[in-house]
Amino acid sequence: MIPVAFDYQRPTSVDEALALLEEHGDEAKLLAGGHSLLPMMKLRLAYPSVVVDVGRLSDLSYVDDSGDQLAIGALTRHRDVEIHPLVAEHAPLLAAATGHVGDPQVRHRGTLGGALAHADAAGDHPSALLALGGSVVVRSAQGGERVIEADDLFTGFLESSLEPTEMIIEIRIPKHTGQGWNFQKFNRRAQDWAIVGVSAQRVDGGARVALVNMHPTPIRAVAVEEALADGADAATAAELAGDGMEPSADLNAGVDYRTHLARVLTRRALQAAGID
Amino acid sequence: MEITVDVNGTSHTHDVEPRTLLVHFIRDIAGLTGTNIGCDTSSCGACTVHLDGEAVKSCTVLAVQADGQRVTTIEGLAATRADGADGMHPMQEAFMNCHALQCGYCTPGMVMASVSLLDEIPNPTEAQVREGLEGNLCRCTGYHNIVKAVLAVAGGER
Repeated sequence: MIPVAFDYQRPTSVDEALALLEEHGDEAKLLAGGHSLLPMMKLRLAYPSVVVDVGRLSDLSYVDDSGDQLAIGALTRHRDVEIHPLVAEHAPLLAAATGHVGDPQVRHRGTLGGALAHADAAGDHPSALLALGGSVVVRSAQGGERVIEADDLFTGFLESSLEPTEMIIEIRIPKHTGQGWNFQKFNRRAQDWAIVGVSAQRVDGGARVALVNMHPTPIRAVAVEEALADGADAATAAELAGDGMEPSADLNAGVDYRTHLARVLTRRALQAAGID
Repeated sequence: MEITVDVNGTSHTHDVEPRTLLVHFIRDIAGLTGTNIGCDTSSCGACTVHLDGEAVKSCTVLAVQADGQRVTTIEGLAATRADGADGMHPMQEAFMNCHALQCGYCTPGMVMASVSLLDEIPNPTEAQVREGLEGNLCRCTGYHNIVKAVLAVAGGER
């Protein structure tokens, strides 16, 4: 299987990449590691007429300590995030979620910015970003830079609030040093997407909880968080895990089973994060 | 678009369509058919090669993305022996000695993934080997002996 023919551009700077996006608008797609985009192009679910390969913009591959948060370059590959000591110390939930992505070959190529821009509700990263209260810095040629909070990033099925002319430059993760966390992923086969997954991060006064593959978008389990803030125990709060969500039914699970999984996995995640 | 890719130490310059997959470049242009195409959807790992020293699935990399980079396939693996001696790579020898192949279709990718795994985790546990090879499927289900082979190399001379 090969993709539909396209025009290939390999800019040598972010500015050049942004100019190409400005020129081609929604006809163009950014190619980072290519492990979400290329499979879709091969299946001809995506057929951009222009592919802008930013994979070699190595100045966007970094993990920096910027005070009360980590700054991670958008083109940092999953493998580099997974094993980075700063991520392990200050955002171990992100390291764990990253380690569950695909398989080693995929993690050698895929990038954090690419995975978030792909906005897959079944992906592992979006839930971690939501639970950690992170944000992304995006830039365009005309509009300059803006910051999108995780809660405002995911807008629909494989849709984000990024404009076609915008590119994610950096991911910012507030430090959660020494606070309890847990990542749960339930699937039937190695390397698969989660049938349901949970990111749980303890914060002052409770926890932030986000679910994988329980809604058309990656989503916070707001009812669970509110119950915990009101003093509910983990088991009681976890019963609310599917509230307000519209999970889909597929070959792996029906709606009832998915909702059951969400409750069980949320309870396990909360308890493993140290919430009774 | 004209690209140049170093495959097993030999430079290949060729005019390719941007949509050409790396695995097609390796098989059809470089003429090295040891790299198999299995699922063609980045699931099975049969097409695993090393791109600048790291295992990747060559069905999910465009040839143009490898422009100017170094690819090692199963045919070139023996030449990367640490001791520079002739003969197979220790991982290939271990697969032979442990009977880690049955039909052999997954074997080139399995060997390349195993070498990359030990580059990152030189002394893995059995569980780490099994997790580290999760991107490679053996439909003969001969996983036990594959894991044995990798552990044999990890414990022996590399």
